[in-house]
Amino acid sequence: MTDAALTPQKVPQKVPQKVPVQEGPSPEASYGAAHGAWRELRRRPVFLLTGGCALLLLLLAAAPGLFAGWFGHGDPTVCELGHSAQGPASGHPFGYDVQGCDLYANVIHGAGASLGVGLLATGLGLAVALVLGCLAGMAGRIVDSVIARITDVFLGFPFLLGAIVVLNSVTTRDVPTVAGVLALFGWPTMTRVVRASVRSVREADYVVMARSLGASQWHIVRKHVLPNALTPVLVLATITVGGVIVAEAALTFLGVGLQPPSISWGLQLAGAQNSFQTHPHLLIFPGLFLSFTVFVLITFGDTVRDALDPRGR
Amino acid sequence: MPDDVPLLEARGLVKHYRSGSLPVGGRRRATVKAVDGVDLTLRRGSTLGLVGESGCGKSTLTRLLMALDRPTAGTVLVEGQDLLALPSAELRRRRRDIQLVMQDPYTSLDPRMTALEIVREPLDIHRDLMPKQERAPWARELLHMVGLDPGHAHRHPHQFSGGQRQRIGIARALALRPKILVCDEPVSALDVSVQAQVINLFKELQREFGLAYVFIAHDLAVVRHVADEVAVMYLGRIVEHGDRDTVYSRPAHPYTRALLSAVPDPDPSHRGATGRIVLQGDPPSPTRPPSGCAFHTRCWKSQERCGTERPVPTAPTTDGRRQVSCHFPEN
Amino acid sequence: MDHPTVKATPDSPPDSPPDTQPDAPLLDVRDLTVDILSRSGADQRVVHGVSFTLHEEETLALIGESGSGKSISAMAVMGLLPPATARVGGSARHRGTDLLTLPPDRFRALRGKRIAMVFQDALSALNPTLTVGFQIAETIRAHEGVGRREARARAVELMARVRIPDPARRYRDHPHQFSGGMRQRIMIAMAVALGPDVLIADEPTTALDVTVQAQIMELLAELREETGSALLLITHDLGLAAGTADRVAIMYAGRILEQAPVQELYDRPAHPYTRGLLAAVPRLGGDADDLTPIPGSPPGPGLLPAGCPFHPRCPDVRERCTTQEPMLLPAPPARLVACHYPLEVSGAR
Repeated sequence: MTDAALTPQKVPQKVPQKVPVQEGPSPEASYGAAHGAWRELRRRPVFLLTGGCALLLLLLAAAPGLFAGWFGHGDPTVCELGHSAQGPASGHPFGYDVQGCDLYANVIHGAGASLGVGLLATGLGLAVALVLGCLAGMAGRIVDSVIARITDVFLGFPFLLGAIVVLNSVTTRDVPTVAGVLALFGWPTMTRVVRASVRSVREADYVVMARSLGASQWHIVRKHVLPNALTPVLVLATITVGGVIVAEAALTFLGVGLQPPSISWGLQLAGAQNSFQTHPHLLIFPGLFLSFTVFVLITFGDTVRDALDPRGR
Repeated sequence: MPDDVPLLEARGLVKHYRSGSLPVGGRRRATVKAVDGVDLTLRRGSTLGLVGESGCGKSTLTRLLMALDRPTAGTVLVEGQDLLALPSAELRRRRRDIQLVMQDPYTSLDPRMTALEIVREPLDIHRDLMPKQERAPWARELLHMVGLDPGHAHRHPHQFSGGQRQRIGIARALALRPKILVCDEPVSALDVSVQAQVINLFKELQREFGLAYVFIAHDLAVVRHVADEVAVMYLGRIVEHGDRDTVYSRPAHPYTRALLSAVPDPDPSHRGATGRIVLQGDPPSPTRPPSGCAFHTRCWKSQERCGTERPVPTAPTTDGRRQVSCHFPEN
Repeated sequence: MDHPTVKATPDSPPDSPPDTQPDAPLLDVRDLTVDILSRSGADQRVVHGVSFTLHEEETLALIGESGSGKSISAMAVMGLLPPATARVGGSARHRGTDLLTLPPDRFRALRGKRIAMVFQDALSALNPTLTVGFQIAETIRAHEGVGRREARARAVELMARVRIPDPARRYRDHPHQFSGGMRQRIMIAMAVALGPDVLIADEPTTALDVTVQAQIMELLAELREETGSALLLITHDLGLAAGTADRVAIMYAGRILEQAPVQELYDRPAHPYTRGLLAAVPRLGGDADDLTPIPGSPPGPGLLPAGCPFHPRCPDVRERCTTQEPMLLPAPPARLVACHYPLEVSGAR
C-alpha cells in the first residue's frame, strides 16, 4: 500500500492496485434502514415527545409512590366515606371517589395495573408470535399451513365474546390472568406479522449467502432472520400495548376484567358508571389518563413505523 | 487428489419447477424447464464464463452448482464427490471449497452487520478452521486484500459504495480459502469505472490463490475479459462451449453469433458495419420451450429438421475444444 | 440543418410571442440546476448548471454513471420532478419557449405533443389495469380531441409502426401480457403518438436483454429518421451511444465534463474522465487482458470535493484542480471540455 493513494495532490504515475477506495457513504443507501431511521427519528419532535411521555408513563407505573404524594397523603387506600364523590379540593386536585378515597392517588396507582396488563399481555403474545412466526416462516409448507390455520381460527373468533367467556370461567381475575387471556387473543395478529417479516428476510440474498456458506438453520435464524425481522414486529407490539390497555379497561368496565382490590383505570371507570352525570370528575380523570396513554403509545409506534418505511419518507 | 479429476463437474443437470401454487380452476400447472440437461467441467485455476439472456437458467444453474437446490436429475461433483449424496454435516464441510459471490451488493450483505462481522461470518460458521482470536485479524487482512481500508472494518454496508460492497462480498467468499468461486453477475450492478476495478481484482486474486471461477454474466464483453472458456446458454441448455478465443472470434452457433453481434460496440467508426444480426422476437418462455432446437423460432438458418429434432452437442473439435449443439453450425 | 444561427443561443426578445420561433434552437437547455429538497432543510444540489443544445434531426447522448444527474436533468426538462421535492433552476427553451416558466397547464399540453419521453421501466410506466391499446388511444384523445374510433385506428396503426405483430388483436391486451421488449415498443408508440419533435429516451433498453436491446435501438433510430424528430438518449452505456448518437455529452457529478461529436470524442477524448471511461469499458475486440479502471468511485451528492469534481480520481490532477472548478469551455473545432489541463486533441499525435 503506497502513501500516494492517500494524498491525491501528488500525481500518481500509474493507478496503484488495491487502493483503499476512500469516499463517503453512497446517498441512496436505504439499506441501513435502521440506522437511517434513527437519524431521521432523532430529528422528529413527535418521536421525542411521545417517547418521553412513554418513558414517563413507565416510571409512573413502576414507581407510583414518586408521584402519588405530590398533593396529599398519596395513599389510595386511605379513604373517608364522608368525602364520597366530592369534587376537586385543596390537596385533592382530582377530588374523591365514591368510597371517599383520593382520586389522584388512585389514578396514579392505576397506571401500574393498566400498563402492567398491556405490557404483560403484549410480551406473552410476542413471545408466542416469535416462536410460531419463525417456525411458520422457516419450516416447511406443512408446518406453515398448520400454524396459519390455527391463527385463522383465533382471528376468526370474536375477541370480546371470547374474552368474556374465558374470563367468566376463571375464579381470580388479577393482572396476570387478565393479561394471559388478552394474550390468548392477541398473538395471532403478531404471529402473522412475524411470519411475513421472517419470510421476506428468508428470501434475502444475504440469507442465501449464509446457506451457501453452510450455516445451520439456527445460525441463520439467530444471526440474520431475527435481528432483521424484529423491527416491524416491535413497532406493532408498541401499538398493541395501547390496544390491550383499552381492551382491559373495556373488559373491566363490563365487569369481567380486574377485580378489587386491584386498582386500575378500568375499575375506576366502572365505578363511575352510575354517577358520572352528577360527578363527572370520576369519569374524566381516569378517562383522560387512559386516553393519553393509549394515544402516546400508538403515536409513538406510528412514528417509528413511518421512519422505518422508506416509502413514507 | 489426482489431477485428471475435474475440480467441479456437472453431469446431465436438470431442474424443473412447477409454476404457480395450486392447480385452481382446472388450470394445469406448467413445468418450467429452467435447466434442461447441462454438462460442465471446471479445471483448476481456470475461469469458465457462462453467458445467456434472462430466463436462460443461469441463476438456477448457480443454485444447483452451489448445492442450494436439489436437481431434478443429474449430479454436481466437487473433486469427484457428489455433494448432495453427502450427509448434511459433511456437505457443510465440503461447502468450504466452493463459495458464492452474488450480483447485488446491496442485498447480499446483512445491513445489520459490520464489514468485519460479515467477512468473519464464514469462520464463525466453520469454527474448527481457525481459533476465535485469529478470525478478526484474518478478516481484516481479507479486507485489505480486496482493496478496502481495514480501518473501515466497523462500518455497516450502507456506509460503503456499490463497488466497495462488492469487495466485501468477495472478501467474505475468500474467508474459507475456497478452491472455487461461483460468481453470479458479480459486476453487472456496478458502474463502468468501478466494474473494471472489480474485474481486475478477480483476475488478481486468481493469479495469487489459484482460484477457479464459474463466472456467470449476461455481458459478453465482460466475460471476454475474465474467462478462459465460455459456455453459451439458451433456454436451459448449453448451445455452444469452447475456448474463449474460438467462441468469440469464430462463433459456430447462430445464437452465439447473434449475441455477439448485438453487443453495443463502443467505437462509433464501426457503426453500420456489415454482418450485424438483429434477432427478431423475444426469447420464448421456458414454460413452453419450442420443440427440437430451442432456438429455431428465432434462427435465420432454421430448417424443417430444427423444429423436430433436438441437436446433440458435437464432439469437441481438436483445435478449439469447442462443442456446439446445432444442425447447421457456422464454419 | 438550414439555420446557421443555431450555434448561437439568442435570448428571445421580451416582447415577441413566446410560442414559435422557427429560428430558435429546437431544445436549448441553459444552466439547468436541480436541488433535491429535504425536510431537514439541507437541500442537495444534484445538477450543477447543465447546458446543451439539441438540434433538428440529431441524436445527442447524455452519458453518465449512476448519480451523475443525467436522468434527473431529463426529468427536469420534461417538468416531471414534483415541485414539493425538487427545485429546478435555469432554462430549457423549446423553440424559444422556456418550458420551465410555462404555466403547468400549458406545459402539460406541450408535453407529449412537442416533446415526449420513453422511460426505462415500461412495466411501471404503464397502467396495469388498462389495455395497452386504450392507453395509446387515450393519449391521442386527450391531446387532439378526436373521436374514439379514430383514436383507436391510430393506436392500432402506431402499434404496427413499432412492429408489434398482430396489432389489432393485441390492442386489447394488458401490459403484463407483453414481454419486456414489446412493452418498451408500446412505450415508444405512446411517445411518438402525437408526432413530437423531441424524443427523450431515458435508459430505454437497460432493463432488456442484449438481443432485444438491439431491436429497440434499431427501432428508435428508424423512427427518428422517419419522423425527422430529434433524440436525446440518456444512457450509461458507451456502446449504445457510439451506435446511435451524433454528439455525446459526458456527465459526472451533476455537470457536463465534455461534449463533442461522437467520433471525435471516442477517438480523442479531451477530459481525463472520458479517457478513463473509454479505457475501463470491456470490449469484444482488442486486448482481452487487464482493463484500466478509474480508481475510487463517483462521489455522492453532498460529498463533492472542492474544485474539479473529478480530481480525487484523476491521474493528471494538479494543485489548481483541487481548489478551482473548471468551466465548460469551447475547444475548437467542435468540442466543449471542463478541465484545466485537457488532453492533447489537436490530432497531430
